[in-house]
Amino acid sequence: MRIVIGEGSCGIAAGAKKVHEALGRLNADGAVSIGITGCIGACFLEPIVDVYEDDRLVKRLVKVQEKDAERIYKAAASGDLSGVADLEISAEDKEFLDKQTRIALRHCGLIDPESLDAYRAADGYKAIAKILDGMTPEQVIEEIKTSGLAGRGGAGFPTWFKWNAARNAKGEHKYLICNADEGDPGAFMDRAVIESDPHSLIEGMLIAAYAIGAEAAFVYVRAEYPLAIVRLEKALADARAANLLGANILGSSFSCDIKIKAGAGAFVCGEETALIESLEGHRGMPRLKPPFPAEKGFVNQPSNINNVETFANVAWIILNGGAAFAAMGTENSKGTKVFALTGKIRRGGLVEIPMGLTLRQVIFDIGGGIRDGRKFKAVQMGGPSGGCIPERLLDTRIDYKELGATGAIMGSGGMVVMDDSTCMVNMARFFLDFTAKESCGKCVHCRIGTKRLHEILTRITEGKGREGDIELLEELCTGVKAGALCGLGQTAPNPVLTTIRYFRDEYEAHIAEKRCPAGECAALKTYSIDPAKCKGCTLCARKCPVQAISGVVREPHVIDASKCIKCGLCRANCRFDAVKVA
Amino acid sequence: MCADCAKNDLTKLDAVFEQFKDDDHALISILQRAQAIYGYLPTDVLYAIAARTGNSPAKVMGVATFYTQFRLTPVGRHLVMLCKGTACHVNGADAIEKALGELGLVDGETTPDGLFSLKTVACLGCCSLSPVMMIDEDTYGSLTPAKAKAIIEEFKAKEAAK
Repeated sequence: MRIVIGEGSCGIAAGAKKVHEALGRLNADGAVSIGITGCIGACFLEPIVDVYEDDRLVKRLVKVQEKDAERIYKAAASGDLSGVADLEISAEDKEFLDKQTRIALRHCGLIDPESLDAYRAADGYKAIAKILDGMTPEQVIEEIKTSGLAGRGGAGFPTWFKWNAARNAKGEHKYLICNADEGDPGAFMDRAVIESDPHSLIEGMLIAAYAIGAEAAFVYVRAEYPLAIVRLEKALADARAANLLGANILGSSFSCDIKIKAGAGAFVCGEETALIESLEGHRGMPRLKPPFPAEKGFVNQPSNINNVETFANVAWIILNGGAAFAAMGTENSKGTKVFALTGKIRRGGLVEIPMGLTLRQVIFDIGGGIRDGRKFKAVQMGGPSGGCIPERLLDTRIDYKELGATGAIMGSGGMVVMDDSTCMVNMARFFLDFTAKESCGKCVHCRIGTKRLHEILTRITEGKGREGDIELLEELCTGVKAGALCGLGQTAPNPVLTTIRYFRDEYEAHIAEKRCPAGECAALKTYSIDPAKCKGCTLCARKCPVQAISGVVREPHVIDASKCIKCGLCRANCRFDAVKVA
Repeated sequence: MCADCAKNDLTKLDAVFEQFKDDDHALISILQRAQAIYGYLPTDVLYAIAARTGNSPAKVMGVATFYTQFRLTPVGRHLVMLCKGTACHVNGADAIEKALGELGLVDGETTPDGLFSLKTVACLGCCSLSPVMMIDEDTYGSLTPAKAKAIIEEFKAKEAAK
């Protein structure tokens, strides 16, 4: 029997390392084989421990704690797994995994990310071998064209078109760049791919480098992803040692090496020309396009940039054929897409599904719906560049065009689910706080416009909204969209525009009635004590920092609204749930 | 050269310059290594990097202030990064920040005892465990205000025992 522990960042944060160490101590004599794997994507079940017999998964154990290590070890050592039956994944939770179609994530959580042999045993590096064995770069590009693969970083531009442009561009050197600067708050599929299957990224990049004629490649990865960097470094070293990287790969005339460049924290560097500036060691400020990177990119040479998830699909497409990939999805959007399902969802994590499923299928069938029995309100897609989609549009299909029509975007795959306790005005304020801070400052409309938008939204959430604020927001949004050079500024107003479009009544309630319907905006809350529940224990009165609560011992207390600063201490301290917020 | 800057041992940078001597685009990488050595980017170090890489001090300062990773002041013994990404926002990161504030941890500042520096960040990529914070290299997920406070108190107790 073999024990395999899921050790992606999420698993480790949930305690996987402690479980591993405990198992290691028990296994001092080495009777059982203990290994690691990456992230299977079912983050809500971490830490996850799989028990294998030869290559067959016999038990998947979930939410494993350090204290469970001993009985897991005993079960694996004896072959009698009855002692760990209570830890086994439930049939319901298993649906989360069974309803997916995994291509980009095909190895994640199944193979050891630190082992080149494990990747090779799973058909790894067979695609690059097939290409070097007799496919021309043009044939590779044609295969990708057949697949219909589009950029998974957000823009959804056809991958073959970019490769072809870079191939045909004239230049002394050509460069291939992988954008792993996953800055979109709420998305982490790129981190998972690099941590769990780094060789599939390397192989995808090699195929792209061959297609465009690049001999040097970079992975620009966020410094906030230390584990991803460590695993990718090891994978690169192992690939180099096995002649899969460097000069004359697999004995062919094709040479290419890949270097890691760690980003230093700037959301705008997800924009390709800003990323190139950063790669060159400058402030990451976007360039004017054209010229596009395919003509003049890194050091003014032809360059091609794709995102991690895009590359992770490439080897599969070469091995299985572009037609097999294109057979999945819709007319406009082919293949699969990975989403990071988070927020108020019951089963959160990474899900990869064929394009064309509806939002409802993803959120309710796979994600299990809203947790704590609350009501679905909206799903935010595309991060700071995207928008909030309301309940009545839940049957929208996952498709670049159909999602675009809602005002949101496919984006890189962040899917943050919100329930009725989330205030949509505050949500818009949150995103504008982000974009105002992350604006590089090059364009006046973006630099100052996002700040003004944030100020107005803050004012509204503080109960100081004025009549005409909604129209003012709309006017500013139009200006910022038109006046910004790059995608950051052009899309920054989207969270405001979509929340106004679908939740205008919430804006109006804040402005006209000074009321937050979701009960989230602190300044608009009113606290009161339910006399039926209050025992007169005086605790709240003693905790109140401004002496706004008065009453006699063992008699119901009252809050003086004119003194109350809405700190919530009374509610947090009440042992009888007598303090109400409205 | 600046009059008031700290006198740091600049020879520690030699190995870094050696590593990147053939790379004209390594300014960010050099700043990252320098910060790992000194804990932050002191003024004299920035000047030394400017001189050795052939960049103007203004250019080096421009890059150092553009990226959020770089710090121009020393940090406390433990760096606390509180995630304020979308998922953490929806799941109550503001309440965690408030709880940390009650223990004297304020965004962008170091506690007077020099133990903690707090920095809010956009996304740590552990969205399914939100709200999340990272202390030094370790990630702490599914936080509540009480849990966050208990974690900080535990660090304090460990430091006091040293």
